[in-house]
Amino acid sequence: MRTDELIHVLAQDAASAETPPRRALLAALALATVLAAGVGALLLDPRADIAQAAHQARFLAKFVMTGAFGAAAATLVFRLARPGGSASLRVLAAPVAFVAVAVTLEMLVTPAPEWRARMMGANWYVCLAYVPLIAAAPLVALVATLRQLAPTRPTLAGAAAGLTAGAIGAFFYAAHCPDDSPLFGAVWYTLAILIVTCAGALAGSRLLRW
Amino acid sequence: MLIFREANWSAWMRAGLSGDSAAYRRLLDDMTPVLRVLARNGLRRAGASIADADDVMQETLLAIHLKRHTWSPGEPLGPWVAAIARYKLIDFLRRRGRRAEVPIDAIIEDLADAAPAQNDASMEDVARLAAGLPGKQGDVVRAIAVSRRSIREAAEALRMTEGAVRVALHRGLKQLADLYRMENA
Repeated sequence: MRTDELIHVLAQDAASAETPPRRALLAALALATVLAAGVGALLLDPRADIAQAAHQARFLAKFVMTGAFGAAAATLVFRLARPGGSASLRVLAAPVAFVAVAVTLEMLVTPAPEWRARMMGANWYVCLAYVPLIAAAPLVALVATLRQLAPTRPTLAGAAAGLTAGAIGAFFYAAHCPDDSPLFGAVWYTLAILIVTCAGALAGSRLLRW
Repeated sequence: MLIFREANWSAWMRAGLSGDSAAYRRLLDDMTPVLRVLARNGLRRAGASIADADDVMQETLLAIHLKRHTWSPGEPLGPWVAAIARYKLIDFLRRRGRRAEVPIDAIIEDLADAAPAQNDASMEDVARLAAGLPGKQGDVVRAIAVSRRSIREAAEALRMTEGAVRVALHRGLKQLADLYRMENA
């Protein structure tokens, strides 16, 4: 079979029945969110004082922080899913700035000797274990969808998927987590999300080449 | 030149995506010599042998086909094609143990200016792998390739329904791309 024959064969398969990237990724994100909510609810109970916590700025800030990271990372996934899609990390500036402001405010309103205790919190190891656990299924959903698309920077696309999944995992973990200080979030949530990001980058370099 | 080509290319791709296989063939025919030049220049720039240019070109053609749903019909086709050509070139060089910087600007420049290069009609890797494609998918791909059959003619020759031929063809082409990557991993 020569090139002209290959072209003839390809031409017979002209019509495309594949889902366009935007729609495929929106479906994957919806699935990822449902999976994270499900696994989170299955593994962990919401904290006992959630009704009171819901009125506290520190508790709510956790959802803003993880939600903002998730949304920013998702825009990176959308861009990196297509050939030539460039991803400027500038979209992460807003969530990073939000964390910086929250940490600064926390340090202004709490005395310096308390910072360390607030940063270490009650159970950082639960955070480090459960965020990746909740994020695993969402990461699989996102990487599986990216495999149907055409990322020309596979490792980076995988990392963006990991960042998205990690943020979604942290979002749902936050309802259980008793530690609300931005100092805790900035360290342990970030670290947990980074673990998932690295897993995504590794998966990307292995699974997203085409 | 680039703009002239792109206007045609985008229109042909749009028509192809909605099932116009004649327009799609025009697109592939028109792109092939350009992709060959991109591959040759890219290999030359990376210090690799240009004897592999038609391999890279065929693999790029197959990738463009299998990933065509990732092109947005509202956008020009040129940059999308250039990005795939560049990716496939880098991928090829990487598998050959070379790390190469392939500047996208150079590819886009080639796309705009290069005079198309003609085929030497040799049997390339993708084509050779098609000859060994197993199962019904292989039968379908070869039945269509060999005598330039249409889907309907292939269906009659193989005593299959047209729908089954379409599905087998699509799967066969995906498998072809996978085989190629596996063999050259």
